[in-house]
Amino acid sequence: MIPSYAYQDIAYLIGSVSFVVGLKMMGQPDSARKGNLVAAFGMAAAVFAALFLNAQGFHIINNFPFIVAAIFLATVIGTMMAKKVQMTAMPEMVSLFNGMGGLSAALIAIIEFHHKTAEASGMSADGMITEFSMPAGVYLAIVSGLIIGTISFAGSIIAWGKLNGKIGDFRMPQQQFINALVLAAIVALAIFHFGALNSGDFSMVYIYGIIALAIVYGLIFVFPIGGADMPVVISLLNSFTGVAAATGGFLYHNKVMLMGGVLVGSAGTILTVVMCKAMNRSLMNVLIGMAGANSGGGASNSKGGSVREVQATDVAIMLKYASKVIIVPGYGLAVAQAQHVCHELENLLEEEGVDVKYAIHPVAGRMPGHMNVLLAESNVAYDKLVEMEHINSEFATTDVVLVVGANDVVNPAAKTDPNSPIYGMPILEVDQSKQIVVLKRSMKSGYAGVDNDLFYDPKCGMLFGDAKASLTKLVNEVKAL
Amino acid sequence: MSDNPFAVIGQIIDFFEYQSIISLIYLVILMIFVGVELISHVPSVLHTPLMSGANAIHGVVLIGAIIVMGYIEPTDYLSLTLGTIAVFVGTLNVIGGFVVTDRMLEMFKKKPKGGAQ
Repeated sequence: MIPSYAYQDIAYLIGSVSFVVGLKMMGQPDSARKGNLVAAFGMAAAVFAALFLNAQGFHIINNFPFIVAAIFLATVIGTMMAKKVQMTAMPEMVSLFNGMGGLSAALIAIIEFHHKTAEASGMSADGMITEFSMPAGVYLAIVSGLIIGTISFAGSIIAWGKLNGKIGDFRMPQQQFINALVLAAIVALAIFHFGALNSGDFSMVYIYGIIALAIVYGLIFVFPIGGADMPVVISLLNSFTGVAAATGGFLYHNKVMLMGGVLVGSAGTILTVVMCKAMNRSLMNVLIGMAGANSGGGASNSKGGSVREVQATDVAIMLKYASKVIIVPGYGLAVAQAQHVCHELENLLEEEGVDVKYAIHPVAGRMPGHMNVLLAESNVAYDKLVEMEHINSEFATTDVVLVVGANDVVNPAAKTDPNSPIYGMPILEVDQSKQIVVLKRSMKSGYAGVDNDLFYDPKCGMLFGDAKASLTKLVNEVKAL
Repeated sequence: MSDNPFAVIGQIIDFFEYQSIISLIYLVILMIFVGVELISHVPSVLHTPLMSGANAIHGVVLIGAIIVMGYIEPTDYLSLTLGTIAVFVGTLNVIGGFVVTDRMLEMFKKKPKGGAQ
């Protein structure tokens, strides 16, 4: 028989193991969805344990009505938000939810400070205790939850705004120096606060100061980073929130918080590094906000020349009589919601006996795997999506490459121009193919802010317009032929 | 003994019972390795859903919000308000995170069907 005092620990254990197993399953396409459910089940078990169990057995937690009301309301609102959001807006949604987790961690820390000091001052009034002391370990756990949670919250909200297009890039001179200064100020303030607490000064001013500085740090941390690098930032902030959750684990000796938090902290960090690697950039480079910063005019118009504009009719003929076509999707496809019509064009060409494939660059779109998710949504077959390493050798035998709203990932400057800010980034070598057609709204440069010599290639034709409108035209033209 | 704010490490060990802190540190270190192992060999296709899934898992901070709510005095309105907000946003993180991830992965499930046609 299981003793009743072990119920809570067992439920937390189930939760912890479910997180690990769930995350493991999420790493394989076949089991990914089940993995998510396993992790969700673990979370449910842990929440149940916190609400209904304690070290004595069954026990309904104090303030139960408030907690349940908040959970209920958030469940309804959260489900609605998550169900309603467009596939293209997923990244900012993840960022927003991440910010909520950070906020929660920060609020817990504020309450802890308030609670601990209120308890002490109440006791000293009764004459029971004359001296208050907060052990450094406890202080460290609470204050790091506060700082990291607040940074994560502020940073995520900025990242959310940037992906929405509501907030632009913003740089200051001496950026890194100021960042370091703010961080040092936060640490200094925390040390002062700790000293003040233990000499009986319970003033909340220090806490407000720490919160204000942490918000400033979160803002200036994310502001200078380019919109294209937001996935990396979100992944990093994600791991921050994980660490903030883990501090709660230390504070309450709660192993499910500790395991879940640290797991996300380390997995998120590695994910960040892997994403940076896919762009052939260091994490430092991303964080300093290099892309676009020093690209400027300088090297951009190296080739210049004129671009060749083509009409949908001509492109339709090229496509229909090709034997092999590769489509390169990019962020433009996502913005225009053109994934369905893209799939329609693919089906149409397949019926004509054309071999159609998609070339997926690891960082095409706004997040790694963004294109896969989008195209999968419109039922494009899994085996048609070919990753960069495998498709690069096929371009030489390809008749037409259709670049739909992608730019930097096909820029040959990454291979040829050492002065280019994207130099060294692996690209899709579309310039090896016989014909290239680029669907693009205008000649505006991509997120890295660099001109693309591909567009001036004599083999390359430009079909200007919104990706969805252009693809629809192509579908109609191919049908009409 | 807590007068010196710099004697951090000694006090950490003072506060937590030695055995307990050691087991927590073991847990942290092992979890770091587990996290690294789990993510290192994942195809880039799954990075976005995985980030989203991890995002939902750190919503475990909700447990902390519930614990802290459990010992707030019913008359401490400030803490009660902040705590309720903490539970609210924590739940938003959990529910939103898992539902968004499920929506992303739902699309991956369709693939084999699409491939068969």
